[in-house]
Amino acid sequence: MMVLVVGAGRVGSAVAKSSLAAGHTVSVLDEDPLSHERLDAGQPTSWEDAGGRFTVGTAIEIDALLAAGIEEADIFIAATRGDNTNILVAQIAQKRFGVERVIVRVLDPARSDWYAEQGLHTICAVKLGIAMFEQAVTEAAASH
Amino acid sequence: MYVIVVGGGKVGLNLARELIRNEREVTLVEQERRAYLRIEQELEHAVQYGDGTELWVLERAGIQRADLVVAVTGDDEDNILICQVAKEKYLCERIIARCNNPRNLQHFKLLGVQPAVSATDLILNLIEHEVPGHGLVHLLDLPDEKLEIIEVEVGEGALAAGLTVADIELPDGSLIISVLPRGKAGFVPKPDTVIAPGDEVLVVLDPGLEPYITAQFSPNGQTD
Repeated sequence: MMVLVVGAGRVGSAVAKSSLAAGHTVSVLDEDPLSHERLDAGQPTSWEDAGGRFTVGTAIEIDALLAAGIEEADIFIAATRGDNTNILVAQIAQKRFGVERVIVRVLDPARSDWYAEQGLHTICAVKLGIAMFEQAVTEAAASH
Repeated sequence: MYVIVVGGGKVGLNLARELIRNEREVTLVEQERRAYLRIEQELEHAVQYGDGTELWVLERAGIQRADLVVAVTGDDEDNILICQVAKEKYLCERIIARCNNPRNLQHFKLLGVQPAVSATDLILNLIEHEVPGHGLVHLLDLPDEKLEIIEVEVGEGALAAGLTVADIELPDGSLIISVLPRGKAGFVPKPDTVIAPGDEVLVVLDPGLEPYITAQFSPNGQTD
């Protein structure tokens, strides 16, 4: 499987590293050249020596997506810090490049739900966090 | 008519002002707090504070009953998504989006966000019109209808110069719809109208036929 990860922040770089370790071909696109350091951190070899690809470029630039190998991608992960960038680039991957599996990080729960209804595989960390807080509050209240 | 304008920069604020002057009902949405407070002094209840890409902000602005949503923030991602949810989630009939970077126009088209207005492209078209570099100006592009109207100047020694409209060898799918002689009023030509160097002609054509048109009208038969 070829996995293309857009956004090498905490989430993107961690998913990229674990995908590479799982034996997939992994390419990462980020506009900040320094974000590469996250991919090397805690690894015995550099990202490239481990077999990873890294491209510097802006998510919604078609040339950058092509350079990062979007035409070969089987799985596309949009994990930049911006919800709007993620939702847009995910739809570009899906509708323009026909990528089979598109997974999108969306922080805003309301739009995560709506775009999920429209056929995007959204993951909303905020929603998961809220549920865990509610659970913790319920448990804390019950133990009193 | 109820209009929601998202983005209170120069474009959005002036747009809201003009619409209000024309007695339209308008709500302007601005997400930057200081800009909002400044605008609020002038527009009062016609401006709301919030991120217009968030659904609850649009709902608070009354998007369910909006006849028109105009997204004119400085961020193309925002403008695309605001219009996409306005159209597809809230079934707003009319949207207008601002495209800041003309390279993003393809994304507006891909997601059906039309019309998208690019100031850069408008100015470029004007420059082309004022300074016709290759004698050809696109007056109208209707990609969905597969139709274009171009204006082209008849060069000295062009293949078409001195011929009647009927004799000019234009490809199927193109038609001369108007002739504008230099310094005179334009008119719809007849088959026996003679085309002279210096005239401008308007041609309606299928996209992609431009090279065949310029081949007929370029000076001395040049094709750029």
